[in-house]
Amino acid sequence: MSEPIHTAPAWQDAIFEALKSARVRQVAYVPDAGHAHLIRRAIADPEIDDVVLTTEEEGVALACGAWLGGERAVLLMQSSGVGNCVNMFSLLQAGDFPFFALVTMRGEFAEFNPWQGPMGKRTQAALELMGIHVLRVSHAEEAEEVVSAGLDAAFEAGDRVAVLLGQRLIGRKKWKRR
Amino acid sequence: MTAAATKRADRRKFVAMLLAGIPDALVITGLGSPTYDVFAAGDRDRNFYLWGAMGGAASMGLGLALAQPAKPVVVITGDGEQLMGLGSLATIGVKRPANLAIVVLDNGHYGETGMQRSHSGSGLDFVAVAKACGIADALSTDDAADCREIARRINAREATLFVNVLIEANEPARALAPRDGAYVKNRFRLALGLAPL
Repeated sequence: MSEPIHTAPAWQDAIFEALKSARVRQVAYVPDAGHAHLIRRAIADPEIDDVVLTTEEEGVALACGAWLGGERAVLLMQSSGVGNCVNMFSLLQAGDFPFFALVTMRGEFAEFNPWQGPMGKRTQAALELMGIHVLRVSHAEEAEEVVSAGLDAAFEAGDRVAVLLGQRLIGRKKWKRR
Repeated sequence: MTAAATKRADRRKFVAMLLAGIPDALVITGLGSPTYDVFAAGDRDRNFYLWGAMGGAASMGLGLALAQPAKPVVVITGDGEQLMGLGSLATIGVKRPANLAIVVLDNGHYGETGMQRSHSGSGLDFVAVAKACGIADALSTDDAADCREIARRINAREATLFVNVLIEANEPARALAPRDGAYVKNRFRLALGLAPL
């Protein structure tokens, strides 16, 4: 990449292109502002089934069902959602299923809401405790490469992977509405 | 297909009759007795038996149904397992894949853990929940004689189907399906012509 990408939609576009290159066919999500553009692209893509979830662990089970049927699915969630998934992660290990999640981080950088701290600060540890390999995107220009590497590990090597999208990358949440 | 207050179907007989009518279906079973019931009806490569992941059976069925639209996908689970994943009915109600059926074997109790009464045993109406979630084809039965019509609808793949099967709160002998999830997964995928990694 010749020029660094600084705007959110640009790196989110790069992530979407990485999902497309990896032939991902199902995108399951609990909405998050940091995933908003990616979700819009998934909804607009006729090759992709977008699945809005009521809670994140549904997406873990859905991804395993997709793999049983020969499709690649990814799960988009916020760091708080990782806590909701913990027991359902057992399915990944019990069935040796590939898994790929994109996690937008809260509670780690310029956080305004203290309620995001307890889970956000333990998100990586919780994933690793459940046997999921964690990668992180801290800078926009590395988003495509890291996501693509994670997708290869999941769907070529059969690994279980979560890519954390750092809160500094996503940017400060604006709390005052005009 | 309405429920009489006292009449209940025999779970093993119901499941065996239903599976006999849907030989091409891809089947996911919820942990506990539904896994035993489906295995007792005859092991099939196209069964995936859950022994855990409580609350995940219907969501797993959704992912499978989206991946295999040309084949009927049937989730056979229990009331307790479906209650833990009640939100998944809302998720399914949004996507509504025409090839997906959710069959809840409902004895109103948590059979695996000592027959404690569940929410459906305390009045929760699964059919009303399914309909409220947007699954219009939701029905209740207490009679294995309805299996023929249910199987026809599953094979037709015309609409997402939800079936609440009122069954007796008994505990037939456990029929132990394979617990090696990787083996069952690979066998299932092979039956669909999908290669290992």
